[in-house]
Amino acid sequence: MDFSLNDEQSLLKDSLERFIRSDYDFDTRRAHLRSELGYSQATYERFAEFGWTAVPFTEEDGGFGGGPVELMLLMEQFGRGLVIEPYLASIVMAGGALRHSGSAEQKAQWLPGLIDGSITGALACQEPHGRFNLARVATRAQRHDGDWQLSGHKAVVLNARDASVIIVPARTAGEITDRDGISLFALKQGTKGVSLRSYPTVDGLQAADLMLDGVHVGADAMIGKEGHGLAILERAIDDATLAVCAEAVGIMAVLVDKTVEYSKSRKQFGLPIGAFQALQHRMVEMFMEHEQTRSLLYMAAMKLAAGA
Amino acid sequence: MDLNFSEADSAFREEVREFLRNDYPADIREKMERSVRLGREDFVRWQQALFQRGWAAPNWPVEHGGTGWSATQKYIFSTELALANTPAIIPFGLSMVGPVIYTYGSEAQKQRFLPDILASRVWWCQGYSEPGAGSDLASLKMRADRDGDHYVINGTKTWTTLAQFADWIFLLARTTTDVARKQEGISFILADMRSAGISVRPIITIDGEHEVNEVHFENVRVPVDNLVGEEGKGWTYGKLLLQHERAGIAAVARSKFRLERLRRLTAEAPEGGEALLDDPVFRRKLAALEIELLALEYTDLRTLAAVATGGAPGPESSILKIKGTEVQQAIDELYMEAAGCYALPFTPELYATPDIDDVQRIGPPWAADTTPHYLNGRKVSIYGGTNEIQKNIISKAVLGL
Repeated sequence: MDFSLNDEQSLLKDSLERFIRSDYDFDTRRAHLRSELGYSQATYERFAEFGWTAVPFTEEDGGFGGGPVELMLLMEQFGRGLVIEPYLASIVMAGGALRHSGSAEQKAQWLPGLIDGSITGALACQEPHGRFNLARVATRAQRHDGDWQLSGHKAVVLNARDASVIIVPARTAGEITDRDGISLFALKQGTKGVSLRSYPTVDGLQAADLMLDGVHVGADAMIGKEGHGLAILERAIDDATLAVCAEAVGIMAVLVDKTVEYSKSRKQFGLPIGAFQALQHRMVEMFMEHEQTRSLLYMAAMKLAAGA
Repeated sequence: MDLNFSEADSAFREEVREFLRNDYPADIREKMERSVRLGREDFVRWQQALFQRGWAAPNWPVEHGGTGWSATQKYIFSTELALANTPAIIPFGLSMVGPVIYTYGSEAQKQRFLPDILASRVWWCQGYSEPGAGSDLASLKMRADRDGDHYVINGTKTWTTLAQFADWIFLLARTTTDVARKQEGISFILADMRSAGISVRPIITIDGEHEVNEVHFENVRVPVDNLVGEEGKGWTYGKLLLQHERAGIAAVARSKFRLERLRRLTAEAPEGGEALLDDPVFRRKLAALEIELLALEYTDLRTLAAVATGGAPGPESSILKIKGTEVQQAIDELYMEAAGCYALPFTPELYATPDIDDVQRIGPPWAADTTPHYLNGRKVSIYGGTNEIQKNIISKAVLGL
């Protein structure tokens, strides 16, 4: 058993920490949030220069072959900075589906752009009544002269507005909640029959509801084998879940620090409010919850790494 | 022990329901049902409907326009209003400064201010908290220095709710600094918001809303006539007001309405799916909250019964504040859970615009404001005396610790 990081992981962590601390200040972030894009393309391209967008991809695919531990290190720091660039949607989610199961052609078409940051992707893994059940796919794909025709409604798709490629699960067989019969399709932005309702999210990202009305895609758009899309989706979402947990732990760490810091400077009744036992205990609870969550995070990362 | 209302009480309840059916403006009802943000005019129109019926201020003495209702009638009234999903009564005039004026104000002040408060012709805001004075309100620094027939006011008030709508503000300000205890030397003063030297700076909260403000006073001249009661006794008057503030904070009836609504909303099964209410985990969470709320309701009723038979609301009003706000926050969380992925979109324009139809909305119509509501509701365990302060009150006043 070993909870320590190797040299490369330590270097990654250090460079991330330095960047978030010195180059990702809150006011700049806020200004980018208010821009039309909602984040900074220049910042995102720096992520690529640092090699962060390449981390989870294999060397063959132009990446660094990082695993769950590296992903965790990245996302924890992104959480600390409340990063708004579309790393999760593009690299972890869309990138995850493509790197796990994309054909050589599909990888060649999309991965270089995702890795160099010039384009982004999205994964439409939710439907309005899905309630986080990935197998609940009502969107249908029907054969049409050797092509496929997609119809349905995808809910709250992160980064859909700006993505060049949107991965869409659709049912090629079976009933609405069957585990079999789901296939994934790589949809190009702007494909006829796709309409987007985009909106910001409460945490400062961008998402959209996606309406698919008889959307034609070629047979070469299918990712992986027909009807076996769920397993691909589940792998990508496992990574994404770990990523979001790591992000949350980063946020918790900052919240504990900032709260304790504030409780030392804010004075009421002639004392710093941190001198009051009621508040001390609440902050100890915060600290413990943070440590407990971090433990679960490490466990999840190590299990995912062992299983991969 | 008897839980039943008398026949007269039941008849009264029917009277209240009939009023709500006839006089609760349909457009405001519609906005409330669709979670559309209300404007100043909506609040005023609703409160004026109550005023027309003579029901604007159930807690006021009859001679100043109160209703003369029994405690049970007041309970029935507030419950029926909440169950009909009516807008919250803006408390600053009717529940806060009104009682201070009729209790401690001069005859001239009563005549000048009370009728406009009762009729919701004048919007008031509360000048209590300061950047350095929150839980420790008595450490406030705003100065009111005497200059002939005027006070000259300098300082900053903060978290001033809806000050952007307000015509008048009531203030706690220091008229003497040479005092033994910091609670002394504070005076209760009324100021016209149009006075020269007052500026209102919006504070946009995490839900994106402009609800609170920072209000700056720079050499604001206020006539000495606007002092309520005696100079230097403002702390005593202000405390009376805080008791009034706490009593309403439990919001039992509103929480009851929100839980029943959530039950109704989650009972609907989507096409080809199961209703969320049929999910055992969700059901259990809902039931646990309903039980907590039932307990609170009966704690509230016990307080009410004690008041009705001549007792005074004591430190138990702190229980109502603590448990009431905990329940409100738990309900907010459950709404977010029920909204599922539709708790994520941030679409204030959808709940700010009355005429957006359901087709243009993202997700179910009620989901749009669940997360902003949750975020906004983080304040309830802090305002009106933080829950930690309430626990201090119980430990000192009840447990004798």
